[in-house]
Amino acid sequence: MSVKEEKKSFFSEMLLNNPVFGLYLGICSTLAISTSLNNALGMGVSVIFVLVLSNILVSLIARITPDEIHIPVYIVIIATLVTLVGMLLQAYTPELYSTLGAYVDLIVVNCIILGRAEAFACKNGVGASAKDGLMMGLSYTFSLMAISLIRQILGTGILSMSNPFTNAEIFALRLIPSGFEIPIFKSQTGAFLTFAILAAAVAAYKKSIDDKAAQAEKEAKAAAAKAKAEAAKAAKAAGAAAKEAKA
Amino acid sequence: MSLSSILTLIIGGILINNVVLTKFLGMCPFMGVSTKLSSAIGMGLAVTFVIFGSSVLSWLLYYYVLDPLNIEYMELITFILLIAAFVQFVEMFVKKNSPSLYKSLGIFLPLITTNCVVLFVAQDNITQGYNLIETMVNSIAVPLGFMLMLVIFATIRERLNGADVPEAFKGNPIAFIVAAIMAVAFTAFAGLV
Repeated sequence: MSVKEEKKSFFSEMLLNNPVFGLYLGICSTLAISTSLNNALGMGVSVIFVLVLSNILVSLIARITPDEIHIPVYIVIIATLVTLVGMLLQAYTPELYSTLGAYVDLIVVNCIILGRAEAFACKNGVGASAKDGLMMGLSYTFSLMAISLIRQILGTGILSMSNPFTNAEIFALRLIPSGFEIPIFKSQTGAFLTFAILAAAVAAYKKSIDDKAAQAEKEAKAAAAKAKAEAAKAAKAAGAAAKEAKA
Repeated sequence: MSLSSILTLIIGGILINNVVLTKFLGMCPFMGVSTKLSSAIGMGLAVTFVIFGSSVLSWLLYYYVLDPLNIEYMELITFILLIAAFVQFVEMFVKKNSPSLYKSLGIFLPLITTNCVVLFVAQDNITQGYNLIETMVNSIAVPLGFMLMLVIFATIRERLNGADVPEAFKGNPIAFIVAAIMAVAFTAFAGLV
């Protein structure tokens, strides 16, 4: 696979197997945090941190964990990591910690993390699990930022970005003149609406790819049938020719 | 602790600060279970029971174990373990005493552990500084609000099945549009108390 193809498959993979839009996992925090790009990035980084480390730890201890208690064991690992993240955020970025609020602790029950531990990390090696955690974390962050980009621009009219960890502004750009922004996108309603439309877009994209695959399959089948018919015809003709020659 | 403040807590928990619409909690079961009215009610009752039990236990654990020992930072780990154990216990109890109920709730029960509302209520009682009575009231009101949403949503979705929805919006996306409209409707309760 060439680099370009790999890149392409990476993005379509991110979109098609997206945990948020494709599988509807971890929606709670996605909807609540997606009010600004900064929050989305801060949350995304926290989730990537927890997800990669929990995947690594789970893949290390999966074999020695008794099957009956594997869920409590995984949850304790995840809860420990989340407590760690909460403490780090509180110590170094108190502002981010206060805006994310209860949702930092709720990373524990983010279905993506326990889901990946159950579905992937407990059956695979350390390296593969770490990579899987990174991929899943990135697609989660990507979805979070997609929603917050739309909500931030429509809701406040300003596209701005500051470093979520130091709170220093990087840039701010007013795209919609003040007075013309749509405040509803800052509220809960806006979160649900934006999410619905993006999820529908992903579903439509998925369907178009499936349709294309089905179409290609149909064409291949038709071509195969045609080739078969032609071969039969040729064989018949050959048979007739042979008969004639005999006669 | 006056009657009016209890009433405020109840109305606040059920209508004004509805966890699903204002805090987006419990979205997974909200989307997954709310396709049939009967399963929505079953799930709602199970969640209410689990939240009440685990929140009261968490409150006791926090103020009688974690606080005296000065290990409040263990809050998250102990609470989630307590919730997981409680759910497991409820599962075993229901399985033994009422196999028919267990059968109808079967798949939902273990899922309650990862329902964000459970952990949220347990922690919220501590952050808001509620006393034991307030904790009990809050731990009933919030899951009742969750159940109310599940039931309303299930009835709407039963109707949605027959509606002519654009292809791409079928299933969950249209459900989110419905949730958006319901969020608008519920803002009307904001001035109630």
